[in-house]
Amino acid sequence: MDFANFFIQLLNSVQYGLLLFLLAAGLTLIFGIMGVVNLAHGSFYMLGAYTAYALTGAWDNLFLAVLVGAVISLAIGWTLEKILFKHFYKRDHLDQVLLTFGLIYIFEEIRSMIWGDDVHNVAIPGSLNWSIGLTDTLSYPAYRLFMLAVCLLLALGLWLLISRTKIGMKIRAGAFNSDMAQALGVNIVRLHALVFALGVTLASVAGMLISPLSSVYPYMGSQVLIMCFVVVVIGGIGSVRGALTAALLVGLVDTFGKVLLPQFASMLVYVLMALVLLYKPEGLFKQ
Amino acid sequence: MSTPQAHLETLPGSVKLFLMLALVALLAFPFAEQDFYTQMVTRMMILAIFAMSLDLLQGITGLVSLGHAAYFGLAGYVVAYLSPADAGASWLVALPLAMAAAALAALVIGFFVVRTHGIYFIMVTMAFSQMMYYLFFDNKALGGSDGVYINVRPGGLGLDMENKWVLYYFTLACMVLTYAFLRRLLWSPFGRTLNGIRLNEHRTRALGYASFSYKLTAFTLAGALAGLAGFLWAAQTGYVNPELMGFHMSAHAIMMVILGGMGNVAGAMIGAFGFELFLHVFKDLPKIGSFDLGKHWQLWMGSLIVLVVIVAPQGLMGLLRRKQTPNE
Repeated sequence: MDFANFFIQLLNSVQYGLLLFLLAAGLTLIFGIMGVVNLAHGSFYMLGAYTAYALTGAWDNLFLAVLVGAVISLAIGWTLEKILFKHFYKRDHLDQVLLTFGLIYIFEEIRSMIWGDDVHNVAIPGSLNWSIGLTDTLSYPAYRLFMLAVCLLLALGLWLLISRTKIGMKIRAGAFNSDMAQALGVNIVRLHALVFALGVTLASVAGMLISPLSSVYPYMGSQVLIMCFVVVVIGGIGSVRGALTAALLVGLVDTFGKVLLPQFASMLVYVLMALVLLYKPEGLFKQ
Repeated sequence: MSTPQAHLETLPGSVKLFLMLALVALLAFPFAEQDFYTQMVTRMMILAIFAMSLDLLQGITGLVSLGHAAYFGLAGYVVAYLSPADAGASWLVALPLAMAAAALAALVIGFFVVRTHGIYFIMVTMAFSQMMYYLFFDNKALGGSDGVYINVRPGGLGLDMENKWVLYYFTLACMVLTYAFLRRLLWSPFGRTLNGIRLNEHRTRALGYASFSYKLTAFTLAGALAGLAGFLWAAQTGYVNPELMGFHMSAHAIMMVILGGMGNVAGAMIGAFGFELFLHVFKDLPKIGSFDLGKHWQLWMGSLIVLVVIVAPQGLMGLLRRKQTPNE
């Protein structure tokens, strides 16, 4: 592997890692603060991708589609939390697993009713449909760089939100000790809805961003969901910093595994997880 | 978060009577000569064994595994590899080996997973089953995404599983034996300790029980019994593919245990029959105008699951108990 090739794979792995982070951050926050296992998190990613397909079909503008899609997801996430999820915070994990598994079926069927079961493509925006030449034969698509930049900005934004704002302070307090935060006057009910909606939006934005690269297909959420579980477990449940570290690690192992050991690439990530668990049963950054 | 609660460890007379009548019905069923339904009931019984094996973890020990299908599927693959292209494998060899392979996999994976708790356990079991799934999915040598066909079903000792009747009664015998074994285990000192672990692991450890070994033993045993179900599944369908180890298979097993009511083995068995029956009914729903109700079975299945969780989180047998002891 020469340097240019290595560089490309490195970029790919960081991009994949950051994408996973957008999903895993929501998952880990929702678990850390509300104690909810959300198997349907991958469905929001899938629905996001389909929303991008539908909106770009109507307007032919991915940037606008992502913005509008994010607002829709925020609303949907808020509503779902209010009518369904908030009743399950105190329930057994088993009930949560089942509830959200049932939701996967429902979301997939809604998708099938609205958009059918076909694979669709989303066009790369014209302004980004070019490549940067690295050597005579290798080049890197601009859209991938754009995506990398957006994911970085979102990750940075999330970090600022959590560590530098008042809302973030409440979120951290909620993750640390929900009851105590409430006793000290944090409106925990509103905080829960906010965090849930934020998680849903991040997942759906991730789906919208990836749609021009991966195409849009049924059950695309399941596979990514399981990867996110691995990320959350490695990073330590509830830790956003852990999720970021683990997501980048998983991105690196998965991307380079596919290049160097294609037969066992899909397994390598799980081997990594097993090793982490052996030495740190609660993940790298358990708080 | 509270641990899953088991119910009706001592079965009320009504349930016992129901099980006896169901057994008589199952014994007589093939004589109705309904080939399609005989096969469907065979599948239900196989899944009942699978669900009961999960109940040992989920209901009795309090370990919610979202990756139990891994052992089920692995055993199926073992049968496929042991079957020669032009003859059936001997079940006297294939069955023990399939169960041993499943048990070994459960022992190795269990070594990692039973040291985790609660939500970690759920996520980690799921991740490991996914690892097995991809191992078989990505490697052409192991069958790849297409899976492996079993040209001739296992036989031996006068039991030819190519014969639907033989397979039916063999499966029925396996189910009854599994049930009897797990019911016996539930009330053995070993089963009582597993129960103690579910209710309060710290306290059980303080009493001097090495909870790690108990949990690992339960995990391995559950894997072996899932392997029994996997053997029968492969013998019935004559075909194995990675989906047998998939996420949906594992989640369905959890659903079966919940639907019936967990922790008493009988519930898991009833739940498996109920779940498959619902699935069959939903897929068979008629067309109303241009709207094909059956085509959208996932919507009904999903709604049923959500409804059960909201209305009857303790399953069908939980409803029974609520009726019996309204004050609790």
